[in-house]
Amino acid sequence: MRKGIRQWEQALPFVAPALILLCMFVLYPLARNIQISFSDYDILANRITASVGLGHYQALFQSKRYLLALRNTLLYALVTVPGQMFLGLVLACLINNIRRGQTVCKVISYLPVLTSWVIVSLIFRYLFMSGKGGLINYALMQVGLLSSPVSWLQNEWTANLVLWLFGIWKGVGWVMVIDLASLQGVPRDLYEAAQIDSANAVQIFFRITIPMVRNTTLYLLTVLTIGAFGAYIHVMMITEGAPLGTTNELMNFMYDTAFSKYEFGSAAAQSVLMGLMIFLLTLIQRRVTTEMVN
Amino acid sequence: MLQKCVGALKKAPSRLLLLAFMASALIPFFYMTATAMTPQAFTLPYPPILFPQRFYLDNFAEAWGSNHFSDYFLNSVLVSLISTVLIILVSSLAGYGFARIAFPGKNILFMILMFSMMVPTLTNLLPQFLLIKGLKLMDKYTGLILTYLGTGIAANTFFLRSSFLSVPHALEESVVIDGGGHWTIWLHIAMPLSAPAVGTFTIMAFSNVWDEFLYALTIIKSPAKRTLPIALRMFQGQNVNNWSLIFAASLIALLPILLVYITMQKQLIRGGITDGMLKE
Repeated sequence: MRKGIRQWEQALPFVAPALILLCMFVLYPLARNIQISFSDYDILANRITASVGLGHYQALFQSKRYLLALRNTLLYALVTVPGQMFLGLVLACLINNIRRGQTVCKVISYLPVLTSWVIVSLIFRYLFMSGKGGLINYALMQVGLLSSPVSWLQNEWTANLVLWLFGIWKGVGWVMVIDLASLQGVPRDLYEAAQIDSANAVQIFFRITIPMVRNTTLYLLTVLTIGAFGAYIHVMMITEGAPLGTTNELMNFMYDTAFSKYEFGSAAAQSVLMGLMIFLLTLIQRRVTTEMVN
Repeated sequence: MLQKCVGALKKAPSRLLLLAFMASALIPFFYMTATAMTPQAFTLPYPPILFPQRFYLDNFAEAWGSNHFSDYFLNSVLVSLISTVLIILVSSLAGYGFARIAFPGKNILFMILMFSMMVPTLTNLLPQFLLIKGLKLMDKYTGLILTYLGTGIAANTFFLRSSFLSVPHALEESVVIDGGGHWTIWLHIAMPLSAPAVGTFTIMAFSNVWDEFLYALTIIKSPAKRTLPIALRMFQGQNVNNWSLIFAASLIALLPILLVYITMQKQLIRGGITDGMLKE
């Protein structure tokens, strides 16, 4: 007992600041958020005014705008996660196969990852400007794929397409770095054996490379999905949900509910649902990572 | 000779594909830079300008001088530096405590820490906002920095703890024999021996805060106190069609990150796996 107290005296100055911050910014908010999700909250008075039970949750599943945001988030994840993984792996293989210039290629591929979401969003807004002077319109018209300029950000599906392309372009470099590390762990003789059996590049890619980086792939799958669910800056900066909320994603919808409409109860319920989804994904990720280590 | 040619020809498709990847990563940046170096592109130039026609830097000067942009830059420097120093201090102390000091209940506390890493940062935004409001820290850097410190605390502590775990125990014993305590070990042994990990950690922490958007948008209200990401958003709103100015400002904001990255490129790319942990 005495010893325990003495040990605490030693440890406390080291761990106390972090533990206090943990309680203030993680554990207390977690409990408070769940509580608010079952209540009506008055933001001016800064207190709960009424208990509504599951009311906010029920309202959400009947809200067309929320379901639209949910659909868009799912689509964003379904398109950008495999897109980043496939292109990132191809890029990693290409870089792995060259002898000189690996570093330069890695640095160039990492530039989009490094640049902040805000700046990349601005670039994408500019790339996809409507009218014939926008670079994408110009390029597509030059090669004859378009006959007249497209107003990318003014139509539901073209605007969503821009957001997807953004997500893929921003993340490929990060996937490449991780895939490259695991590719460099694949034994050389496997490739040599395949070449002796005169397998072509495509066969080697699907029969050797993909199975060999399977664990990394599972890790990437969960990390990228979690990232896709929590993404919001691209929508805020590129489309702002336009046209008519058809490009909204969950985080943006939540932020608007809280800070434009001041409906904190509903926003808290959305946070809880988002938290549950990400928590599940994290559990899967933990399991995958443990399997990887073993 | 012929064999070499056939070999080169076989490699051609994959080289071309690699070239296409590099081009698609670089062209948007060329486009941004060229636009920033073009005088006042109020109307979209046709055809689009991919390479600057001359070395024109007035936009950078104007972006830096207008709309208090230089103030925002300094705000960001201030917030990022203070946050980074405090993040390293608090999480290295806690990381050391969990790695090296035995105390009752440590395992339970560590489990709580691990659990809280699974709570997504963004779902706590509303109660964190209410907390800052309740503490009367709205629109104050103290509130913003405290939030940065608090939201990442679990992952940061976990990261530094792992690197302290690998510091050999034998070195500690020599300090203990000389009559030194945990403070001496933390400062003179654990930190210096984990320098590569702490270095990577510092860069990640700095660039995360430098680019942070949501908390800065929510907590900071008065225009004079804005940080760069928010300023860029507002800047775009005010100069809707002046993309030359917007991109000049963006490039100024990007510069510090680029410099840090180029100097530390090796460590960062090798540490690729870990930045998933520090990612918000």
